[in-house]
Amino acid sequence: MRIVVPVKQVAALDDEFELLDDGAGVDPDFVERDLNEWDTFSLEAALLLSGAAGEGEVVAVSVGDDEASEALLTCLAKGADRAVRIWDDALQDADVLSVARVLAAAVERESPDLVLCGVQSSDAVNGATGVALAAHLGLPHVAVVSGLQYDAGSGTAMVERELEGGLIEVVTIRCPALLTIQTGINEPRYANLRAIKQAREKPMDELALSDLGLDDEAVTATAGARRRRLRPPESGGGAEIIEGSSAEAAARIADIVKERMSG
Amino acid sequence: MSGVLVVAETRRGELRDVSLELIGAARTVKDAAGGRIAVAVVAADAEAHAGALALDGVDEVLTVTSPAPHFEPHVTQRALEALIGSERPSLVLVGHTIDSLGFAPAVAVSAGLGFASDVTALGWDDGPTAARGAYGDKLVAELDFPGRETTLLMVRAGAFEPAEGPGQAPARAVDVELGDAAASEHVEFREAAAGDVDITKADFLLSIGRGIEDKDNIPQFEELAEKLGATLSVSRPLVDAGWMSNARQVGQSGKTVKPKVYLALGISGAVQHLAGMQKADTIIAVNSDPEAPIFSVAHYGVVGDLFEVAEALDSHFD
Repeated sequence: MRIVVPVKQVAALDDEFELLDDGAGVDPDFVERDLNEWDTFSLEAALLLSGAAGEGEVVAVSVGDDEASEALLTCLAKGADRAVRIWDDALQDADVLSVARVLAAAVERESPDLVLCGVQSSDAVNGATGVALAAHLGLPHVAVVSGLQYDAGSGTAMVERELEGGLIEVVTIRCPALLTIQTGINEPRYANLRAIKQAREKPMDELALSDLGLDDEAVTATAGARRRRLRPPESGGGAEIIEGSSAEAAARIADIVKERMSG
Repeated sequence: MSGVLVVAETRRGELRDVSLELIGAARTVKDAAGGRIAVAVVAADAEAHAGALALDGVDEVLTVTSPAPHFEPHVTQRALEALIGSERPSLVLVGHTIDSLGFAPAVAVSAGLGFASDVTALGWDDGPTAARGAYGDKLVAELDFPGRETTLLMVRAGAFEPAEGPGQAPARAVDVELGDAAASEHVEFREAAAGDVDITKADFLLSIGRGIEDKDNIPQFEELAEKLGATLSVSRPLVDAGWMSNARQVGQSGKTVKPKVYLALGISGAVQHLAGMQKADTIIAVNSDPEAPIFSVAHYGVVGDLFEVAEALDSHFD
């Protein structure tokens, strides 16, 4: 059994970030990087299945620059067997559909029994990479999965879809399949120090687009959108910021609460 | 290529509210897009919804009868691919919802469409334009879709006013071969577990999030809520961590609340959370990050340490 887990090294903005002058992006000095939270749950789901089967391989795959190696090392430290990182400068501003196209070329080579993605990334919040990847791979797919039962080699999996308002739909899905995994489905493990050291001994393939039979044109041609500009949100009224010490802020909050609740 | 194709959503025989918001969104670009709005509904009981979708501004309702008893992503995908092929719209609008996340990105790939999800604003400039959040909604990205004959946009629920007022749109049943399209099978629906508390009925919610840092800190907020006469609610991470029951969860996958006062401590305000509380009468947010998205919907904000504020707040309610 082989389970592929596509992951992302996400970018979180510092409190005091700055935009580049042309509005094309954020000054990289103000960005912190980390393994996407959703991907810790999809990885854990893969590790649990592989552990229960007592065999098989969990492969973490990421499209990302040098820093994405850190996310993959985290996956390896938690228990993934190997990792694949794909990068090319042409991917710098790749959108969700371009990333899905590149991932597809890498995942296809693995002939997985299951592909487990996170529902979304915390920075781009597209919620679309997994299902777009499934379309490229021709795999059946279920989005926003909050429960999963699968036996190695089985032709179907039983999954719970988490719908709005806490409603759950239970469905069976034909396998191999791609599932996007929701937070809370399990308790992601922490890697211990020994495992973190050993992660560097595990295989990590580093591929360029050309290694996957792709070129710049394949990235540009599959893009779903072009970003014209990045800007701060319109404040739209926004919050009246209560200044002062914590004690002063608390006093003002208390006044507001008492006034509103008496009305 | 012209016009807008709206994809309505149903669940368990009911039309979902986002369908009417999508029609509202379509109306804002109708003229620019070529003056025509068609609304598609793919469901086992598709024809039953045609009347409710024939709203002012809609030119035609297209019904596709699904062989699956409930929403099935691969069936909807194939139906929508067929409709895009026959109707040739410039713009396709679907909800940024759990169901649509299951098929819309796949349609964008298979049909070679322009695409963006979680769209909060629409425009037209020689083709559709869209705005969506970036970096966890701290910034806004403005997008266009050059070179695409058709663009599919997933529109955030609540971003547009629902269409209203009856119209004259005729319904047309569209026959699509869907017999072998399904790849999943419905087993059952499970209702959210009923909790010991109904947060939707509370006038005053004290809501806590990731900022409280540790499970051991929860009792102090339970005590604070009691002292304030508030009901304690939480954001998703506290439920995911197993610290609190999902009966107290506010947001897309939890409860939608509309209290008189919503006091949020340590909640940054992910889209899914805002969807569940932004209609509260008065929203007060305390967060250490001045750029936290919750401040965009809050009426009052405090940038500071929630523990200090909580402690000081306690003394005002004796």
